[in-house]
Amino acid sequence: MDLFEYQARDLFAKHGVPVLAGEVIDTPEAAREVTERLGGRAVVKAQVKTGGRGKAGGVKLASDPADAVEKAGAILGMDIKGHTVHRVMLAQTADIAEEYYVSFLLDRTNRTFLAMASVEGGMDIEEVAATKPEALARIPVDAVDGVGEEKAREIVAAARFPAEVAEQVADVLRQLWQVFIKEDALLVEVNPLVKTADGQVIALDGKVSLDANAEFRQPDHAALEDRAAANPLEAAAKERGLNYVKLDDGNVGIIGNGAGLVMSTLDVVAYAGEKHGGAKPANFLDIGGGASAEVMANGLEIILGDPDVKSVFVNVFGGITACDAVANGIVQALELLRTKGEEVSKPLVVRLDGNNAELGRKILTDANHPLVEQVDTMDGAADRAAELAAK
Amino acid sequence: MAIFLTKESKVIVQGMTGSEGQKHTRRMLAAGTNIVGGVNPRKAGTSVDFDGTEIPVFGGVREAIDATGADVTVIFVPEKFTKSAVIEAIDAEIPLAVVITEGIAVHDTAAFWSYAGKKGNKTRIIGPNCPGLITPGQSNAGIIPADITKPGRIGLVSKSGTLTYQMMYELRDIGFSSCVGIGGDPIIGTTHIDALAAFEADPETDLIVMIGEIGGDAEERAADFIKANVTKPVVGYVAGFTAPEGKTMGHAGAIVSGSSGTAQAKKEALEAAGVRVGKTPSETARLAREALAA
Repeated sequence: MDLFEYQARDLFAKHGVPVLAGEVIDTPEAAREVTERLGGRAVVKAQVKTGGRGKAGGVKLASDPADAVEKAGAILGMDIKGHTVHRVMLAQTADIAEEYYVSFLLDRTNRTFLAMASVEGGMDIEEVAATKPEALARIPVDAVDGVGEEKAREIVAAARFPAEVAEQVADVLRQLWQVFIKEDALLVEVNPLVKTADGQVIALDGKVSLDANAEFRQPDHAALEDRAAANPLEAAAKERGLNYVKLDDGNVGIIGNGAGLVMSTLDVVAYAGEKHGGAKPANFLDIGGGASAEVMANGLEIILGDPDVKSVFVNVFGGITACDAVANGIVQALELLRTKGEEVSKPLVVRLDGNNAELGRKILTDANHPLVEQVDTMDGAADRAAELAAK
Repeated sequence: MAIFLTKESKVIVQGMTGSEGQKHTRRMLAAGTNIVGGVNPRKAGTSVDFDGTEIPVFGGVREAIDATGADVTVIFVPEKFTKSAVIEAIDAEIPLAVVITEGIAVHDTAAFWSYAGKKGNKTRIIGPNCPGLITPGQSNAGIIPADITKPGRIGLVSKSGTLTYQMMYELRDIGFSSCVGIGGDPIIGTTHIDALAAFEADPETDLIVMIGEIGGDAEERAADFIKANVTKPVVGYVAGFTAPEGKTMGHAGAIVSGSSGTAQAKKEALEAAGVRVGKTPSETARLAREALAA
């Protein structure tokens, strides 16, 4: 889960990383009072989960409270790379002398963590990495040893921070490491980390991404979710505990078991769609190993409620779950939806294979539901679902 | 022969007394796995009856090894306790730990992976968030259904559980030496490369099928490894061509970040290493048949 800048700033402050005073607002008028509190001047910053805000005009300096209202009004509602600005942060201004970069992140390739640091901060760090790799220090951080004084000094030395800020940057690194481990983050990034004219080192802007798998020990993280921005179908699916991702421009609803098989199903449907008017998968939905009638009903309800969906492909390989249980789940799910008064009018193509597949197929054949059609193979079923969607 | 797991393997189950642990211990026993004990500190000294087979419960992994000579542990404990369960297995220096539990925080996996290294990598870790591994006809350590296929000469390594089952099913008439589900988390113990190296060295494996998916660069690195070290034919499959950027597709590690981790890049890397890559699971199975017949 990626956080907004203001949420990252709050987590930085919580763990002692030096930040400037700031407040978040969602109406232009609120800018006046906040700017007064901040000393009469403020930086107005769009809160969107994408880079390049500055270039897009989403960061502006306000010279007085009235100006802040005007600037906030201009930025609120703006579209930045497809993200609408619903909130702005007003932050204290800083007299910037130098801009640096520091981050901790997961290094999948080496199965460890990585510190990155540069004295050339402020710009897109991927660009620095690509054009001046020597300016970006990359230091592995062991998950057990972590970042103590020695490691922090190693990072500072590797990135060649000036001597007068070395001590302060090392402190920031140790505090930032606390954010990284205490909050179960996958990424904590400060860009820019600035030296002010009077020699203070401050985190001016930051990015944090949190590990959703750590929710069991991070009860506060749920509140950081941006529910308003979530796709309504994704939000509804999440509420029901379903692993669902809405896809753009699709018309074949997909239900399957197991993340890999469902990803594969999306691909196979897209290939089949090339022959059928460009039919594409409308979603990812993994109902997992259990595949009970209730889970199936929840899944079908979400997918049938998607106006983009013209046909549905249920692709199940019975491993631990037997296909007869899955077939009963489908039959009961359709019955459940009928008794709830929901009209099921989209065709379902079902492919069952594996454990008790024949029994499962027989159950569906006997149920003889007018909208349910069975195809024996994954490729054949994908083709049929794409064909039905293209009709 | 097979890799990592044979009929000689003596298996213990950490979390055997929990509901998932019990269910799958029963299935593993039915598949012929030599299960010699369970581990639960609160139930040490008791035993669990599995359809007439009494399996003793030990207080710890070390104790279980001392009493039974166990050399494999399968871990079913809940995600909150998985890190300490794996660390206990590493401390006991058991040669193989299969971590089935899903939903483990990546900081925990990073910690036990680092810990294993500091202890000299005496324990091979498979997983977490994986279906485990099976050597058909010999032993089953994890949750892979044992009745899909029979012993044969194909080696399979896969990030995905259900695609493992699908591929075993597609090629069930030929059979498999071993099938290893390595899991789709951002950090895993045993990698494609480890399994490829083991299959290359296994005289009973003639062909290797490797299944990958979006996220990270494990497939690209496997491609480099194949080019340099694998003489046996390898057939590949990659899932996730239609996955959008920035969305996690079920597995915590299955995410395209910016332009990295795409299925297309993985497919191209594998093909450049001489691996034939199927567009669908069934086409992949067909390529495997062709490679075996050649």
